[in-house]
Amino acid sequence: MIEVLQTGPLNTVQDLGRFGFRNAGVTSSGAMDRLALMVGNLLVGNDEGEAVVEVQTFPFRLRFERDMTVAITGADCDARVDGRRLPPWWALPVSSGQVLELEAPRRSARAYLSFAGGIDVEPVMGSRSTSLRGGFGGLEGRFLAANDRLAIGGALACAVPPGGFGALPPAAALAEHFPASEDGTLLVRAIPAGEYVLFGAEAERFWSQTWKISSQSDRTGYRLSGEPIRLASPVELRSHGVVPGVVQMPPSGEPIIQMSDANTAGGYPKIAGVIDVDLWRLGQARIGSRIRFVQSSVAEARGAERAVQAYLDDIRRTLPMLTQALAAMSRR
Amino acid sequence: MSFMQGKALPTPATISAVTADEPKISMIGTGAYLIEAPGGFDLPTQRRIWALSHAVETWPEVREIVPGVTNLLVILKQTPEEPEQLQARLRHEWNCARSVDLTGKTVEIPVTYGGEHATDLAAVCDYSGLSDREIVRLHWQGNYTVVALGSAPGFGYLHGLDPRIYMPRKTVPSLRMLKGTVTIGGMQTGVSVLTGPNGWNSIGFAEMQLFDPAKTPPALLAPGDRVRFLPERIEL
Repeated sequence: MIEVLQTGPLNTVQDLGRFGFRNAGVTSSGAMDRLALMVGNLLVGNDEGEAVVEVQTFPFRLRFERDMTVAITGADCDARVDGRRLPPWWALPVSSGQVLELEAPRRSARAYLSFAGGIDVEPVMGSRSTSLRGGFGGLEGRFLAANDRLAIGGALACAVPPGGFGALPPAAALAEHFPASEDGTLLVRAIPAGEYVLFGAEAERFWSQTWKISSQSDRTGYRLSGEPIRLASPVELRSHGVVPGVVQMPPSGEPIIQMSDANTAGGYPKIAGVIDVDLWRLGQARIGSRIRFVQSSVAEARGAERAVQAYLDDIRRTLPMLTQALAAMSRR
Repeated sequence: MSFMQGKALPTPATISAVTADEPKISMIGTGAYLIEAPGGFDLPTQRRIWALSHAVETWPEVREIVPGVTNLLVILKQTPEEPEQLQARLRHEWNCARSVDLTGKTVEIPVTYGGEHATDLAAVCDYSGLSDREIVRLHWQGNYTVVALGSAPGFGYLHGLDPRIYMPRKTVPSLRMLKGTVTIGGMQTGVSVLTGPNGWNSIGFAEMQLFDPAKTPPALLAPGDRVRFLPERIEL
């Protein structure tokens, strides 16, 4: 068990998402930064899709009620165990009674806490992700509150050495596969979508201007503010399925990017779709920060996907070797 | 060097133009394709969409399908190596798809028409020029078909509204419409399943539970089902 000592609203249990029910109106949910979730799980010896805690409101504190192994990935939030600072993207064994604290990150938005064995909440429709909107999944379909206790799955033999080890964060490891701007604006690659051509010359501004992520943004979607882009005459589309990454253009002319808790159906014109492999970066973008869309292609997206896959494979392959080496050293 | 290398998809991503009987196929992101049927919003077109859904849902590369209102969203497990080939296969399936009539069940939903939750009934009266009593009668006498589920867990888009009580969606949504509100949105009607913002027009209220995550399937309604509204109470 772990016990939540301190939390803000909106921190939830998430896994990779709930698939197969969009046709019943059920959003997939799942971590906003899926890559951080996968790496965290791999570090503690889990399957990459085990349930974790997604922390997006800080500070966050929890107490371990038995010995276990934990990994902290995603946003660098000055993690401390009993006051001892941990490097980012780090896994280590902890003892019953120890307290883990996370402070507000300086740059990114969300931290992930993975536990060896995974969080043992009852799967609903094949997933342990919390559906806040539907009020099911995760812990009673709600966000975590102080005094909540979460069960952790069967204890695995701990392979992580006492001092722990870490992974190179993907922002560094994959830097050459993800475009970076000079002014700190997040570059998000997207492909023109269904109604793109209807925007005519207006569409140019979609790519050229820098958009600000407004305060009306959450796990469902990011609302962007900037100079509006409007259709010559409004269109109302028949309701159709949407997925995370779709960029819709409501009558206000300011885009909405659907995120992990994306609505399952929509009718607004779609100007573009963010490529899947860039969604984890968007999941780490903070309210108030700036983004720019970069026109991309399927071929480019495939290239970045292969790089992410190679990064994950490398972690999978290296971890057993690293554990053995560290174990051998500690026996010496 | 393989054939696909260095070959970017031409943009814009609307890969095909709409002609008389050709669907519009567009990408929304790297792994999802939207197929929109040509023509009007009618049941024959919807039945062809259902036929297409049946054909596509068994493809090994498909993770989920989401039938919408005369359209189908196909979500793939991963970004396809050859998007143009995939698009061609979807077009071929559409051409082969014949109408299927889903043998759905009939669901009867008791409704309290009017009353405190029917905050838009007066507006529907103004728009249609009909009395509230007439609107309620036309609504409950309708035979509805569930064309698709979406927007919220278990929410069914119902086809079959009498054109006389057509009512466009509101430009300013109600901020906190109650779960169970019976609504009209354009030529569609439905029962809201979550409390929250809603742009449809409320005319009544239903107690019936339309979604239960613990049940299999969790949604009471399914595409092809028939819905009848039973006027349990009329408070005008």
